[in-house]
Amino acid sequence: MSEIASKPEVLHVKHLHKDEKGAKIGMWLFLFTELLLFTGLFLLYAAYRYVYSADFHRAGFETHTLIGAVNTIILLTSSLTVALSIAAIERGKKWISATFLGITILCGLFFLVNKYFEWSSEIGRGLYPGSPKLLNDTNGINLFFGLYYTMTGLHGLHVVVGIIVLTFMLVFVLRGKISSEDPVKLENAGLYWHLVDIIWIFLFPLFYLIN
Amino acid sequence: MADIAIAPSSVTDNYLLNSGKRSGVLSWIFSTDHKRIGIMYLVSTLSFFAVGVVLGLLMRLEMITPGGKIFAAQTYNELFTLHGVIMIFLFVIPGIPASLGNFFLPIQIGARDVAFPRLNLLSWWIYMIGGMLAIASLFLQGGPVDTGWTFYVPYSIRTGTDVTLSVLAAFILGFSSILTGINFLTTIHRLRAPGMGWFRMPLFTWALYATAWIQVIATPILGITLLLIFIERIFNVGIFDPSRGGDPLLYQHLFWIYSHPAVYIMILPAMGVVSEIITTFARRTIFGYKAIALSSLAIAFIGYLVWGHHMFSTGMSDTARFVFSLLTFLVAVPSGIKVFNWVATMYKGSIDPKPPFLFVMAFIFLFSIGGLTGLVLGSLATDIHVTDTYFVVAHFHYVIFGGAVFIFFGALHYWLPKMFGRMYNLKIASWSVLILFVGFNMLYFPMFILGYEGMPRRYFTYLPQYEALQHLSMVGSWVLASGLIIMFANLIHGMRKGPLAGDNPWGGTTLEWTIPSPPPKENFEEIPIVTHEPYYHHEGE
Amino acid sequence: MEENVKTDTSGPGYGTYILVWLALISLTCLTVAVAGFNLAALTVVVALIIAVVKSSLVVNIFMHIRFEDRIFKIFLSVAGVVLFVIFALTFADVFFRK
Repeated sequence: MSEIASKPEVLHVKHLHKDEKGAKIGMWLFLFTELLLFTGLFLLYAAYRYVYSADFHRAGFETHTLIGAVNTIILLTSSLTVALSIAAIERGKKWISATFLGITILCGLFFLVNKYFEWSSEIGRGLYPGSPKLLNDTNGINLFFGLYYTMTGLHGLHVVVGIIVLTFMLVFVLRGKISSEDPVKLENAGLYWHLVDIIWIFLFPLFYLIN
Repeated sequence: MADIAIAPSSVTDNYLLNSGKRSGVLSWIFSTDHKRIGIMYLVSTLSFFAVGVVLGLLMRLEMITPGGKIFAAQTYNELFTLHGVIMIFLFVIPGIPASLGNFFLPIQIGARDVAFPRLNLLSWWIYMIGGMLAIASLFLQGGPVDTGWTFYVPYSIRTGTDVTLSVLAAFILGFSSILTGINFLTTIHRLRAPGMGWFRMPLFTWALYATAWIQVIATPILGITLLLIFIERIFNVGIFDPSRGGDPLLYQHLFWIYSHPAVYIMILPAMGVVSEIITTFARRTIFGYKAIALSSLAIAFIGYLVWGHHMFSTGMSDTARFVFSLLTFLVAVPSGIKVFNWVATMYKGSIDPKPPFLFVMAFIFLFSIGGLTGLVLGSLATDIHVTDTYFVVAHFHYVIFGGAVFIFFGALHYWLPKMFGRMYNLKIASWSVLILFVGFNMLYFPMFILGYEGMPRRYFTYLPQYEALQHLSMVGSWVLASGLIIMFANLIHGMRKGPLAGDNPWGGTTLEWTIPSPPPKENFEEIPIVTHEPYYHHEGE
Repeated sequence: MEENVKTDTSGPGYGTYILVWLALISLTCLTVAVAGFNLAALTVVVALIIAVVKSSLVVNIFMHIRFEDRIFKIFLSVAGVVLFVIFALTFADVFFRK
């Protein structure tokens, strides 16, 4: 009488196979939410830039175009290495995959270090939200830097999360939990990282190339 | 009538019994079973609903005389803010999808669970954390929020009340909604039983599908909006500060870009339930299945195009006002298609006026009033006269409460016997529909008149000429509250002590009625193979 | 579900990825170079066009959309349309204010 409740095979029936496509669908849907999150900020940027175009142009001289460009190249390269890492694990090359993954993480860290120096320099020059220098300047300049710190800051937060996620993936690869049989976790983590890269692809010209 | 012997298996195998390592509460709050998660959502959302109702009653009490004799103005602001935040974010938005959707979606498509059961549990945990934080914000740092649930800038940035914690709570709640949406979309795409093509899904499933798209795409915009308030309050960045060039209207745009689609999160699942109930109790297949299914998608999409109608009097350009008004009229069309199809379904049907059906009748009346008054608000010339008055308050209560929530109640009457295997008292349930209907109209219909005559909303006092209608409204709130108490007491008593309901007390034709009540842990002994459309009633049954 | 056979998503090989990366770097250099010219209102447009091209390379090749089932492309289009609508309607206000 109590057979049905206690048969372990019956209980496991609902997880017959891992659904790779389902996991990928779920991940893409999650990426849409991240995209929409940043959309709100890009919308604000678009509206304010339309109204204060001269001020935004002037503010563009204050941002470090070189650091921005270097960071862009770093992220693009990290996208390459994570894609190579996935290609490697799909072909069963565990150590190559782990190496590329490690490089990706290093790129991410490098990005954050650059950002640290960049922000320090700007804050040091009195360009931070609520600073006297900004408050004395025009509205457009204030809004530019408000958006600058908010958007690149939120993006940076996502880079941090991405680095953490990729580190976990690296551990999984080394331990064999991610393999050519089951590369889904790494593929999905890669998707997240690429989105972080794409957001920066748009942030770069909007904040660094308007002079 | 309900003495049918239960299938032997549900004595030993139903999801309410524990068989795992944990027992008691722990076996529930750590369960990844979609049925248990659905019930936990049901209990938590209804608890918050109760709090929201009490707040509403207090607000009505304040209106007993003009002049703020009961509460101070500040307190009244806090009451209506809290009432809105709780009702919207903690009750109606999770609402039908999180509770009944979680319980029945997998069963209706012939699956054993959702695509991501652990994410499902996480979604509930996040909901509870958000809810707890919202409650905490009442007692910490500045006290209950007084900005209105819309958190408009610049006041929300300057006020000393605990906006920071409240928006953080709402932000966290957003994740719960997003995860449910991701889960449902993936489930519907991947886990339908063999033979269940897209156009063989029940209409409740279609409704959940359309809703899930809104949950995934719209909620993040709310996320960023709330995050910006949070950042503003802490870092004083100045993005919405007029003195630094910020534009409060942009805040309103961002806020309503989510909050308008949000109302479709509230109503679409209810409309799905209506299709289920009407077909069962009219004993006929649905009229215009494809039209109803696709109209859900249409509503979801067009719902993104109309948000500006919340902002007609706040300073948008004339072009924008014209465009939004036009698009607002468009969104009424798919809803109209549904109502016509439902009525056509009933034509020449064999009506069985059980309580779920009575709720649907009430819905059609109340939702139509709500919808038509929406057209008054959507049309620029008339909106200027009634915007921000009690007219708006009446409108949205008719559509959300009279619409979505009445159907939520109807859905409970329809599906609780399946969930718990027992039947409530049908006579008391029918009476409760009547009491609720009368109380509801007494409470809210006067508000249309009050608004038309000029009484603004969110005011704690009023001119003496409005007193009579305010009194009528207040008495209506007590009638409504009595109806709620009777209804819930009847349901709770029925689920604990009522007679056994059997597998299919109503004669429904969708998959949930083919399994025992309460359902077994794995839902189906064998995954069914679907061979025809839903709502398949034999001729003359 | 029957479709649990491991879908073959082994899309591009190492070589393709590196080529795409080279394209991305070139486009980055291009966008920096173009920023030096004075194009007034067109600056934003050109910069965005290049950014869109770069993103589509990342989305199609690195993120595999080009090689995935149609459903992913449909999903992406839905998100894209909503994005467009949000910008367009907000600018119906911002652009036309007096």
